[in-house]
Amino acid sequence: MEWETVIGLEIHTQLATKSKIFSAASTTYGAEPNTQACAVDLGLPGVLPVLNAEVVRMAAMFGLATHSTVAPRSVFARKNYFYPDLPKGYQISQFELPIVHDGHLDIDLENGGSKRIGITRAHLEEDAGKSLHENFQGKTGIDLNRAGTPLLEIVSEPDIRSAKEAVAYMKKIHSLVRYLGISDGNMQEGSFRCDANVSMRPKGQAEFGTRAEIKNINSFRFVEQAINYEVQRQIMLLESGGTVVQETRLFDADKHETRSMRSKEEANDYRYFPDPDLLPVELDDAFIEAVRKTLPELPDVRKARLVSDHALSEYDAGILTASRELADYFEAAAAAAGGAGKLAANWVMGELSGALNRGNYDITDSPVSAGTLGGLLQRIEDGTISGKLAKQVFEAMWKGEGTADEIIEQQGLKQISDAGAIAGIIREVLDNNPKQIEQYRGGQVKLFGFFVGQVMKATQGKANPKQVNELLRKLLDS
Amino acid sequence: MHQKSLVELAADLQKGVYSSEELTRACLQRISTHDERLNSFVTVTAAQALAAAQAADGALKAGTAGPLTGIPFAHKDIFCTRGVKTSCGSKMLDNFISPYDATVTEKLLEAGAVMVGKTNMDEFAMGSSNETSFYGPVRNPWDEATVPGGSSGGSAAAVAARLVPASTGTDTGGSIRQPAALCGITGLKPTYGRVSRYGMIAFASSLDQGGAFTRSAADAAVMLGAMAGFDPRDSTSVDRPVDDYVAQLNEPLQGLKIGLPKEYFGEGLDSAVGDAVAAAIDEFRKLGATVVDISLPNTHLSVPAYYVVAPAECSSNLSRFDGVRFGHRAENPQDLEDLYTRSRGEGFGEEVKRRILVGTYALSAGYYDAYYLKAQQVRRLIRDDFLQAFAQVDVIMGPTAPSVAFKLGEKADDPVSMYLSDIYTIAVNLAGLPALSIPAGFSNGLPVGLHVTGNYFQEARLLNVGHQYQQVSDWHTRCPQGFE
Repeated sequence: MEWETVIGLEIHTQLATKSKIFSAASTTYGAEPNTQACAVDLGLPGVLPVLNAEVVRMAAMFGLATHSTVAPRSVFARKNYFYPDLPKGYQISQFELPIVHDGHLDIDLENGGSKRIGITRAHLEEDAGKSLHENFQGKTGIDLNRAGTPLLEIVSEPDIRSAKEAVAYMKKIHSLVRYLGISDGNMQEGSFRCDANVSMRPKGQAEFGTRAEIKNINSFRFVEQAINYEVQRQIMLLESGGTVVQETRLFDADKHETRSMRSKEEANDYRYFPDPDLLPVELDDAFIEAVRKTLPELPDVRKARLVSDHALSEYDAGILTASRELADYFEAAAAAAGGAGKLAANWVMGELSGALNRGNYDITDSPVSAGTLGGLLQRIEDGTISGKLAKQVFEAMWKGEGTADEIIEQQGLKQISDAGAIAGIIREVLDNNPKQIEQYRGGQVKLFGFFVGQVMKATQGKANPKQVNELLRKLLDS
Repeated sequence: MHQKSLVELAADLQKGVYSSEELTRACLQRISTHDERLNSFVTVTAAQALAAAQAADGALKAGTAGPLTGIPFAHKDIFCTRGVKTSCGSKMLDNFISPYDATVTEKLLEAGAVMVGKTNMDEFAMGSSNETSFYGPVRNPWDEATVPGGSSGGSAAAVAARLVPASTGTDTGGSIRQPAALCGITGLKPTYGRVSRYGMIAFASSLDQGGAFTRSAADAAVMLGAMAGFDPRDSTSVDRPVDDYVAQLNEPLQGLKIGLPKEYFGEGLDSAVGDAVAAAIDEFRKLGATVVDISLPNTHLSVPAYYVVAPAECSSNLSRFDGVRFGHRAENPQDLEDLYTRSRGEGFGEEVKRRILVGTYALSAGYYDAYYLKAQQVRRLIRDDFLQAFAQVDVIMGPTAPSVAFKLGEKADDPVSMYLSDIYTIAVNLAGLPALSIPAGFSNGLPVGLHVTGNYFQEARLLNVGHQYQQVSDWHTRCPQGFE
């Protein structure tokens, strides 16, 4: 039987606020356990939550950027369950009335097309703390620094049909929240993670199959592996006459497999009800319009602009706009290069990205600034140096030896473009290789490259390659 | 000096008739003499109180004193007090020393009032007789075989017995007004949102409101002036200026329109209580008020709605008492489940468990709409009843409780009968309105309370009504035998 995969993702994004969603405690990552948990975060008797206005603004930005409705009225509810790292015995979340709903996002497919993925809702909630099971001799340690960290949970429609699409969607959301400046998207620190709902159905069938939910996946690679494993598991199960059980599963990154955590029968009844400690969040049009004015240029719009302004391919523009910082760098370098966008794109995606990867640098702390790189590109454009020598200059720039002009001057790399000088060198090369001339003229035309090489060697690569080609051909073929 | 009202004591302190330290020592002495019988205090903070009294004396000398500077008072043990045990009447919090102050605690500290201790209460404020306390029942100073009412029974008994001139309380369904009535003192429950709930251990968040016990409406005006106000730490507190409650006490009542809901004078009301209330209302007529018969047709729904909403909210509010971070923890837990079940099983008393179970049930999938949602709809009906009434009248009057103080143990095994002792007070909490209970006579030697309900934020009007009545009556000055 031919199976169709149906996937919906729930992405948890940590919002980049300074303080927590309902308290004034800091959200900075990596502090000593329980040093960033105030009375409210500890759930002491008598404390009350107060909503951080910043999270409302951030959620509204996300809603506007995904063509969603930003709800004029949303309500915080309590999700009741017991867990040691959940201090109050309930999580404050939004249930019936989320702040954002009914939007969509377009993802790029591998075949060059694009696909629209529906966004069911995005709601605000507080994160729980962390249970630490190591180093406590059979006991569990609780770190509540994370408790109360603001999260935006983004729930997609079950529109995703493959692991690859899931990754593309997750990357798109990742890029978007960073563009909007509402999350640092740091996956190692848990600022961006997802749950994947996966089910199978015979191709052509309208109703969905029973789904399994894979919890807490924190990398793009793991999402792809976990879904692929789960798809295979479910197909094998179904084809051998079994049924999929609705359950929560965990992805084991070491074994590359998912395994059962708890089944639906063991699932909690969360007893949701509106939190009486918090007022409903009411947003008027003026607020929403004010937020709209603060939206930056979004990735899709920027990508289209790069394609039209710089004649880049869709693919290249997609890579360059994947992060706001990379796109900013590219545009600055292209401007410094006098508008040579195509050249700038090649260098940013080629030499620069390679060097950044090797040195494990982020684009924002690149040793070569966009302006410096642009200076080099200008010298390629105006023929001062060849592309090949430019790489040598780039390496020197990377080491901090100066600007392109300074390095070209110091190392004497200026291209020889004087036709007379080049012709003189060519004649000298021809004089020294009479045998090869004979062979060339006898039909071994491949030897043309040999002569070019000799000329470049004699000029230490500085001769203008185009001129060398032209003059050499003229002299050899005459 | 223990017979003097708060206002009189404040005047004496200002004049230097005695110092706050002398007054505080006198209060502490009365507590140690009388409280063994009453059991109204869980904790007495003598050393702290004397230090605060000395500081107050400094302020009195320096001329920076306010109307509460140097006045001893007691906090219901539901308000968090930094460095002092805050038990909420429960074994669960018997070991809990609060690391922070409630907003009300802070405000009274700033006002220079001197806390002498924390008062006994029904466990987590769940009860109408103060019999559910882990620290044992409180006795009514008017008859030690009877209950003082609840849940703020300790605060009410301590003021009635002249151990302190004032105390704080909280009122979720009548927990200030009913004990005030049963103990023959003045009890004020402000509008929901008038007094910050921050640091007041939550029972039912949408109903809880802090207030005060005093011996007169004039004293309550001073207490409320210090306790009320917007608090950015409580999202449900209301950002609205605090009225000058004292300034309006002396307004004449000429033209006051009093509504008498027929539902408050029917079946279930003790006839002697009804007679006392009727006599009090006659006094108001003499003061120039007119009386109008009104109806609050959804009154009969208030107790059932309350016993869905309050347990539902409490079932969630009390989840934080899990033995993990503070409070009672079971010995040698075998695993997490065992830690939870035994810590909570051992830490909570019967009534608290009953309400957690009821509330958990009411919020469960499949029952939520039928119970919680329906109860919230009933709340709107009840509020609308009141709003219609207030279009006609200025205040609504009736009995605070259907009977005078009942015997200890009399209703302890009959929760429904116990719940009905709040039948006249509960609707006010469901609607979020302010209400006052003032002494209005006696039946068989036990005090009767008159219940006065006002429109939203009309506390000044309520206190004015209470004060004017107390100018022409002396019920509020009567002192229980043995405490003169």
